[in-house]
Order: sequence, then C-alpha cells, then structure tokens
Amino acid sequence: MTRVFSLVTLAFFASVPLWLKDPYLLNALITTGIFIIGAMSMNLLLGFTGQLSLGHIAFFGIGAYVSALTSLGYDVPIVGDFHIVHTPWPPIAGFALAVVISGLCGYLVGKLSFRVRGAYFVIVTISFAEVVRLVALNWVELTQGPLALTNIPSITIGLPYLGYLTLKTKLQNYYLVLAVAAVAYFLISRLVHSHYGRAMRGLMENETLAVSVGIDVTKALTLTAIISAAIAGAAGSLYAHYIRIIDPEVFAFISTVTMVIMVVSGGKGSLAGPVVGGVIFGLLPVLLRPVMAPEAQWITYGLVLIAILFVLPRGIVPALAPKLGFGRQPVKPKPVVVTELTAKEHA
Amino acid sequence: MTETVLRIEHVGVQFGGLVAISDMNFDVGQGEIVSLIGPNGAGKTTAFNVMTGFLAPTKGAVKYCGRDLRGLKPHEIADLGLIRTFQRTSVFPNDTVFDNVLIGLHRQSKLGLLAAILRLPGARASELAVRERAAELVRLVGLEARSHELAGSLSYGEQRLVGVALALAAQPKMLLMDEPVSGMNASETHTFVQLIRRIRDSGVTILLVEHDMPMVMSVSDRIVVLNYGRIIAEGPPEEIRTNPAVIEAYLGQSAKDVVKEVAAHA
Repeated sequence: MTRVFSLVTLAFFASVPLWLKDPYLLNALITTGIFIIGAMSMNLLLGFTGQLSLGHIAFFGIGAYVSALTSLGYDVPIVGDFHIVHTPWPPIAGFALAVVISGLCGYLVGKLSFRVRGAYFVIVTISFAEVVRLVALNWVELTQGPLALTNIPSITIGLPYLGYLTLKTKLQNYYLVLAVAAVAYFLISRLVHSHYGRAMRGLMENETLAVSVGIDVTKALTLTAIISAAIAGAAGSLYAHYIRIIDPEVFAFISTVTMVIMVVSGGKGSLAGPVVGGVIFGLLPVLLRPVMAPEAQWITYGLVLIAILFVLPRGIVPALAPKLGFGRQPVKPKPVVVTELTAKEHA
Repeated sequence: MTETVLRIEHVGVQFGGLVAISDMNFDVGQGEIVSLIGPNGAGKTTAFNVMTGFLAPTKGAVKYCGRDLRGLKPHEIADLGLIRTFQRTSVFPNDTVFDNVLIGLHRQSKLGLLAAILRLPGARASELAVRERAAELVRLVGLEARSHELAGSLSYGEQRLVGVALALAAQPKMLLMDEPVSGMNASETHTFVQLIRRIRDSGVTILLVEHDMPMVMSVSDRIVVLNYGRIIAEGPPEEIRTNPAVIEAYLGQSAKDVVKEVAAHA
C-alpha cells in the first residue's frame, strides 16, 4: 500500500513538467525540491534520533562549495610560494566529492558532539555552521568571499548510447533533482526500516534501556549524522550547479529554519513528512507573491505554520496517514480477559 | 561448587561524602538464582549500576566470567552477555511489543549497513530469522495477545514482561533483574516466578533485586542481604529467614527479641 502510494507520488511529480509549462513555477519547484532533499536529511536526524541539527545548512553549503570549487578549479596560496592548484574536474565528480566531504564533516560534528547530546548538539551544529560561513566569507583566495563563485558549470552526465548530456534547461534539472530526491528517499526509507533504524528509534525513546541491550549510542548516532550530512551535501551540490552562482549566503541560518519548518509541519519521524511540509512551505511564498504585498506574504506564511502546528501538533503526515490507511495504525486496546483469576476461583 | 559467573570483589561506591556501598563481596555461580535484598537505600540499585557499567565503582572490581569489567561501557558489557532489566523504564513506550523485542534483538543482526540498505540476499534471511526469534520471545513471556499494541499502553506488570523479553533478546548469559515483580498482583507474580525458573533452566544465571519477600524466598537458591552499603548475611532462604541480623535490619532491634520469643513459644 505504502509502496504503491510512493510510486504514484513519484509518477505524479514526474508528470508535472508535462502540464506545467510556466518556467517561473518550474524554477520554484526545482529549488523547493533541492530544499526538500535537505529537509529529508534533517528529518533523518531530528525525526529518527531526536537530535536537532540547527546548523544543518552547513553540510548543504559545504556540498555546494566543494562541488563548485571542484568543477571550477582553484589556485590557493598556502605558505609563501606554496600553492595548491586544482584544475577543473567534471561537475559530476564535484557532486561525488560533495557527498563524501559533507559526510566526513557529519562524522566530525557527530563524533565531537554526541558525547554531549540534546541542547549541546544544537549549539555545536549552530557554531559549526557559523564558522564555516565565516571561512567561506573570508578565505577570499579560495571562495572569492562575498564576490561569489560564478559561472559554475551545469552538471554533465554520461548516458549509454546517448553520449554526454549537459543539464542546462529547467526541465532537465527538474528531473535530476527528482531523481536524487527519489534516491535519497529510498535510502532513508531502507535505513530506518533496517535494524539500524530500530537502534535509532530505541535510542530516541529510552536511551538507558537501548544501551542495556547492547546498542552502541555513539556509533548509531554518528552513522546517522554521516548519512544525513552526505545527503544534505548532495542537495547543496545540486543547488550550486543549478543556480550556478554561490556566495556565503548559502550558509544563512534562515535556510536551516526553513528546513526545520518543512520537517516539523510535515511531521518529523515520518518519511513523507518533509516532502509534504516542503511542498507547502517551499511553494507558499511563490503562490502568495502575485496576490499579496511582501509584508502580508510573510505574515500569511507564519499564520499557515501556526495553524498547522495548532491543529496537527505532530505534523501533517502522522496525523493524516492513519486516517488514509497508511503507516502504523494506533492499535485499539483490546478488552482484558482475566482468565487466570476466574480459573483460580473455580478451582 | 559450580563455576563462578559474576564475582563482586570488595566493591565500594561513594557519591562525594555519601557512602552508597562500603564493601561488597560476593559471587554468583553458573545457573544459580541469587537475590540481593535489603531495606530501601541499602545500595541495591547502585550495585546493579556498578555491575552493568552505568556507574564506576570507587574501589574494588566486578569480574564477569573472569574478566574485569572496569572501563567497559554499558553496551560493551551487554555485548559480553551480562544484561539487566530496569525498575521503572523497562520498555520503548511508542513501539509495539513486537517492535520492542526487535529493538532488543539489535545485537543479533550482524548485518552490514550496505547489505541492510540494498537488501542483499543475506539481509532478508537475517531479518526473517530476527522476526521469528522476536515472535518466540513474545510467546515465551506470554504476551502474544498484546504483540501489536504499543508497549506504553500496557499495564505495569505487562511492561515488566516486555522488559524481560527485551533483555532475553540480547541473549544474556547472565540476567540482572531490578525489582521485576513490583507492581504485579499475586497471580502475575506467580506466573513470573515460573518464567524466571524457565529462564534459569535454559542456562541463564540470574541475580535479582526484589522487595517481595515471599517471591524472593520461593525463587532464590541463595540470598545476599545488604544494609547500609554492606553485606550483613548470605545464605540459602531458610537460613536468611531466621538470621537475627537480617530480622534486625528489616524490623529493628526490639523486633529481634519478639521474634526470639515467638520462636521460643513455637
């Protein structure tokens, strides 16, 4: 049932460009899609291990910069005459590197901060994002600082029998984002349904008990942080090669907040939550723009968020899925039959 | 004498100036059911926390199968087969009973990350085996009717049974149970005692902390009595029952004379 629904949803998203020809809306869908991938990666940490990464955009931004720099090349003086020179590689290599290096940063942040969790993890992640933003802003030789990295090449993929295809149009990029989102969704779904996912759930619900049955907390959380950061890095790479210009603003705190809103409104801890929340809050500003003044847009945005969380505090998907017959249904308590006691009385 | 599984060697625990355990020294042999009893605040739960690595002893050592447990993390001790149950928080409340046991079986799934995500051929077989084992454990503790209900919605006594199933899922060689029957009624306790015996008969050594004296007396091979952080008596139930030091600890000095008097008249 759930699988059929996922495939139908995927088919629906795949059909969108066939009837939606407006390039402005298609552009909004692409950037929303990229942020949904980021939101899905955040949901893996927040929804399945309970750890709020409020610097999640750092992994996204690192992915964007790594990918952009790999495909642009650089010449950076380190000490005196010693330079590190990198000649441009194809963007697809940048994408792969973005995933690997973001994942590595996830490992470092996870390893450092999961000794102390909860609020401390939140603080470490915020600080991490801020430090990375400052590096991007000030290491001008590498990142051009506020002047931005420009002319980032579009992603080129090699297709069997078709040769190389450079994804320049919106249509092509839409399908690229959709494909990466589908793969990320699939990965996360398989992960949380495996025994690794069960270990994460156990840790979130009752850590002491989880540890007592042999679950290694640090290992489980670090593993999740790596995968989460790697997926965010992939999203960042897509962003860099689609927008084709990035500056230190990609590390803006507001982007993390947007992801949190997507995850929490859609329903943290549910696979489809970030997608539903992402579509609503990714497209809402776009839909409001033609009909309202800018101030009214943001007020409406806030009101919609409050309304959703007021009516459905656990998020849209966890509240609605059981009614539609998906997911784990809350089991109605059965009447307790006290056979044992009555048997004794009759004995 | 059977082989010693757990050896508590002169363990002491201090929280700042407060002495929780001053000097604790006892052994548990393979296949025994030993109970650790004592008035409230005697240091029983502290002793459990030391044995399972949740707390480091101030002095002394805990040896499990000849291995010093000092410096091992709780999950590493669990990996050695020394598993505990908890007094209060014994379940994952938002998961079904069946899923609770599945989480407990984590240690049994030795599947790699990639194999789990790609569902390689071994993965399916491993998952099936784990599910089968979970169903078996749910049956063993007698909760099959509740299998698909949320563990948090069960009664207190039933949650205890989930806790035991969880502990058993981790494949213990030795099981430490912290007040397993508190909150159970008489008939539930009776069933539970039979469960404990069955677990022991399957080769698991058991150390209990418990307040329910009739239950302790009926199930234990040996009883260790703790008071003010030190052991005041140790022996089989019938010996402990009449031990003057134990009676004094539980009932006070004057009670000792009353008991003597009663004994004299009997």
